[in-house]
Amino acid sequence: MLVLVGVLLVIIGFAIRLNPLIVVTVAGIVTALLGGMNPLQILDAFGTGFSSSRSVTIFVAVLPLVGIIEYFGLQEKAKLLIAKLARLTAGRVLLGYMVIRQVTAAVGLNSIGGHPQTVRPLVYPMAEGAALRRYGHVPEAVKEKIKAQSAAVDNIGLFFGEDVFVAVGSILLITTFVDTTYHLHLEPLQLAIWAIPTAIAALLIHGFRLLRFDKALDRDYAKATVETVGAEN
Amino acid sequence: MINVEVVYWLVGILFLAWGFLIARDVAHPKRWGSSSFWGLLGLCFFYGTWVQAGTAPGWVLGIAVLVLVLLASTGLLRDGKPGTSGPAEREASAAKFGNKLFIPALTLPAVTVILVLLAPVLKVGNVPLLDPKNTTLVALAIGAVAAVVVALMLLKPKHPLTPVFESRRIIESIGWAALLPQMLSTLGILFTKAGVGTAVGTLASGMLPKGSLIAGVLVYCIGMFVFTVLMGNGFAAFPIMTAAIGWPVLVQTFHGNPPVVFAIGMLAGFCGTLCTPMAANFNLVPPALLEMKNKYGVISAQIGTAIPLLGVNVVLMYFLAF
Repeated sequence: MLVLVGVLLVIIGFAIRLNPLIVVTVAGIVTALLGGMNPLQILDAFGTGFSSSRSVTIFVAVLPLVGIIEYFGLQEKAKLLIAKLARLTAGRVLLGYMVIRQVTAAVGLNSIGGHPQTVRPLVYPMAEGAALRRYGHVPEAVKEKIKAQSAAVDNIGLFFGEDVFVAVGSILLITTFVDTTYHLHLEPLQLAIWAIPTAIAALLIHGFRLLRFDKALDRDYAKATVETVGAEN
Repeated sequence: MINVEVVYWLVGILFLAWGFLIARDVAHPKRWGSSSFWGLLGLCFFYGTWVQAGTAPGWVLGIAVLVLVLLASTGLLRDGKPGTSGPAEREASAAKFGNKLFIPALTLPAVTVILVLLAPVLKVGNVPLLDPKNTTLVALAIGAVAAVVVALMLLKPKHPLTPVFESRRIIESIGWAALLPQMLSTLGILFTKAGVGTAVGTLASGMLPKGSLIAGVLVYCIGMFVFTVLMGNGFAAFPIMTAAIGWPVLVQTFHGNPPVVFAIGMLAGFCGTLCTPMAANFNLVPPALLEMKNKYGVISAQIGTAIPLLGVNVVLMYFLAF
């Protein structure tokens, strides 16, 4: 049970925002010491663990491709594509962006979006613009809701899209771990395929919630109007 | 036969090339620290080949890994922010190439999937062309190279090494975080060697009714969720819960189909990532970036999707894996 101290160290280290690499390394060393390994065995375990985990960093092989198409305006092209959503309602703008985010992540283009790259300059202003067009004004409380939803669609689209692509860390971490520990032989593609049902479920669940978000906005505004009219009387 | 080690050497060459470019960049804020980091990482990818083969000692690589961690965490690794195409240039080129920009991007998954499907029949004499133990990775590397070739032919950059220069820009902006997944994987292997998973398994078996499949699936998925919430990412949670429940109970006792159990288990963990302030990059940085009043606002917007989706994962695993 003493070895669980390592888990605790990870939790504390991440919580107080130490550099995660240091946290992971210290937690590993402490756990190994508690597990009865000597320093040479620990170094050895780090070395062999690291070399058998090399596949997790394979995403690097894709960077030259992403780099050159970014150089020629991939993100700008994606922005033009996203901007076509501008005529929709707030919830539908967000849903449209989520679909784009999820599909592009599923083919390995997860650098197309992101909070600094697309959400702040593009998705949030478009969703707020849609609300402004529909209702004429956007109170602070509604802005806050739209901001939260804009950040959320990026996360959900990315998480449940990227796992369908084979060269993603989570898939390769699974194959590395189970192949090393249990001497199985899993292909990353097998795992990626089984990520598809959850990807579809994520789109359906969150898509449904975004369409309801539009209805909730309609209700909020209707109520606010009734209240203002009531106050004037 | 194209072996998976060739793929790791390709990655190693890229790291060495980036380290070399940084070493030549006199304007870089941490020129030597950064170029040593990427260069050493590149060498580790080569040396690892012999560690895996059992012909070189692992502890040498262990020391190198500790040096990498020290370089990264003491501020000696920085982003040199190398120059790239300007916004106006990019907009003009986006307008010029239009949707053609997506052609190289789609070449990658297309070539990868086709090669994986054809792999069983791709043979030279009696030897398979692609390493049968790591078909997907080899296919992916070939796909990545093919896609760069397509991009070079289609976009015709002034300098043929543009993909290398531009990927240096990306890797520098990712920085030490590029190494984190591999370190978490290493930690998972170490945790398992030290018996962390077994300890959690002993704790969990207390609440697990014997012989109940649905209880096993629930504990695995919810355990992935809870550990991910606590540790901030599914990567750290996966080895623990898999050694505790996923492997001994779901695969060994109930004969679940391993890829289904593990893929869906990881996704149950992703539901946890949506709910935790420990995943600061996803959940706390965006509220700051968007100047929100409630810094947990993004998490509250996500919980309503994360919880039902966790339920869906339990159901999917129960029906698809067994």
